[in-house]
Amino acid sequence: MSIPTKMRASVTNGVTEVRALMQHEMETGRRKDESGNLVPAWYITDLKVQHNGRTVLEGQFGTSVSKNPFLVFRFKGGKAGDKLSLAWADNRGEKRSDEVIIG
Amino acid sequence: MMNSPGREAINMERRKALKTGGGIGLMALFGALGLLQPGKAFAEWNKTAFSSKSMDEALTALGVAAPADSDAIKLTVPEIAENGSVVPVTVVSNMPNVEQIAIFVDKNPNVLAANFTFPSGTEGMVTTRVKMGQTANVVALVKADGKFYRVAREVKVTAGGCGG
Repeated sequence: MSIPTKMRASVTNGVTEVRALMQHEMETGRRKDESGNLVPAWYITDLKVQHNGRTVLEGQFGTSVSKNPFLVFRFKGGKAGDKLSLAWADNRGEKRSDEVIIG
Repeated sequence: MMNSPGREAINMERRKALKTGGGIGLMALFGALGLLQPGKAFAEWNKTAFSSKSMDEALTALGVAAPADSDAIKLTVPEIAENGSVVPVTVVSNMPNVEQIAIFVDKNPNVLAANFTFPSGTEGMVTTRVKMGQTANVVALVKADGKFYRVAREVKVTAGGCGG
């Protein structure tokens, strides 16, 4: 079961800065567990951030992104009180979407 | 610490599952939503690019030929990373109309770490964190006004982040 993304967004001079911390193991498929068995690859492949339903950032990840992927980016046009959503999908087909209100 | 959000998520899932009449129904519903809402669906994941084992291979898979080196891209990485599993990377491009930023680690088994696309209105900057198995170059690729540019910076890794 996936864990909600921690997300914060705030507006300064018309520019919204989004800071997000997705919660995911991001296993490369090359790591071995304590008994020496390979841990299967398990990582976020796709993400999309939408502001009031309009896409403001799309991304694709490989296995080189760190555990619990961190993301900062900025877009114009957001206002305090607007809704921002971040959706991701991983290589096992698991998906989740979380929302935050711009502060 | 993770118990309470986890439980919340499970309860939410249970409620949804009850509404749709079971887990299989739930999956089918998600599938159908994905098809019916193209705005929410993801673009196809670039498997060839993310499986690439060299910079040349990855650039080809992304459809990039000979990107020019550019001083207009500011790539911020630590000089020395004591922990290769969490290396902060910030790419800021001062060029207008940035459409894409990709981040690579040239000595990782799969060199492409992340590939972002920027709709108009989104600034040409991004910060994330990558894993590095050994001392290597972090490379930022920026597409602006239809042209590709790159900048590379070496990070010395004292403890790798891809082993075990």
